[in-house]
Amino acid sequence: MTIEEPQGSILTTSVEKMVQWARRSAIWPVTFGLACCAIEMMAMAAGRYDVARFGAEVFRGSPRQSDLMIVAGRLSRKMAPVLRRIYDQMPEPKWVISMGACASCGGVFDNYAIVQGVDQIVPVDVFVPGCPPRPEALIYGIVQLQRKIDKQRMSA
Amino acid sequence: METPVQIPFDAQVLDLVREKVPADAIEPAPAVDMPTAYVAREHMLAVCETLRDHPALQFSFLVEITAADYHPATPRFEVVYHFACLGEAFAQPAGAAVPRRLRLKVRVPDNDLGEQSLPWAHSLTPLWPAANWLEREVFDLFGVAFTGHPDLRRILTPDDWTGYPLRKDYPVQVRKDAASWSPMQLTVEEFAANVRATRAASAAAARTRVDEPVPMRTDKD
Repeated sequence: MTIEEPQGSILTTSVEKMVQWARRSAIWPVTFGLACCAIEMMAMAAGRYDVARFGAEVFRGSPRQSDLMIVAGRLSRKMAPVLRRIYDQMPEPKWVISMGACASCGGVFDNYAIVQGVDQIVPVDVFVPGCPPRPEALIYGIVQLQRKIDKQRMSA
Repeated sequence: METPVQIPFDAQVLDLVREKVPADAIEPAPAVDMPTAYVAREHMLAVCETLRDHPALQFSFLVEITAADYHPATPRFEVVYHFACLGEAFAQPAGAAVPRRLRLKVRVPDNDLGEQSLPWAHSLTPLWPAANWLEREVFDLFGVAFTGHPDLRRILTPDDWTGYPLRKDYPVQVRKDAASWSPMQLTVEEFAANVRATRAASAAAARTRVDEPVPMRTDKD
């Protein structure tokens, strides 16, 4: 009995590795620009910085089609329930990047109107510092998130 | 440093307004950017009616309402109104009124409380519907109630907010847990009814578009 040589190229891997690869290679962010950080977020998605190189360029208008929420800007107390509702509408698995000083800790807006850090509202995976962060910084944040997804076990 | 040029209050406006109200109801004030006057609170509606309706004035555009808190001075608040006359193209009859701007201020004491136990001023919503949201903003942030306002609710801060954030005695750095949940503003039934109504309307519009050919433009149009 002879073992037949398989035709074409074949790689062997584990299901877990493949799922991690699939998840991190197409992170679709939900459009959630709240302030000036959103301008840098748009620049990141546009031609000059081109986050498509990392597979995260498809900004969706609907949370139902999204994997990632980039909270770009200061979150007011009145907006907080809306943010939470959008987050709850995203299907699992889902991740959150807190972009910039205001989203991460309130930034210069240490006052009654602004939530002092969006981690009070949603679980944050990556904090990107800056005021606002440059597009490179946000891309670095997305790459950090990809590393994190790569280490997430399916069976925890 | 040069002294800024003071803008005089237009004598014509003053004369026309004083036909309807006592002379001391409107009192010009120094200003460097646009003509400014203080108006007595009880005569504000009469003054505004003249400004809007007199053929030579026609301030048809209410630009802005805001307020200032001079705590601890008395009277504590000033509500500030900006008006504009849009000029020839918008005046009736054409050319009757010149384009210009005007600022009125109303002093609001905090020891004379009106409805909701708040300092009060008259609402301008009967004259300019645009005053509705502007007055809600002043009410929300300064706690000045506008008598005669049809729907005086908070507009910027959450509905259950306490206090008036732009008052001088309001603590700026409030430490308070942020709410992460608020009830939907529609019930499920209302939401479904809205969807059905929108679908029916767009279906009806589509039928109309098919049934009635678009009229051709001719040279006469």
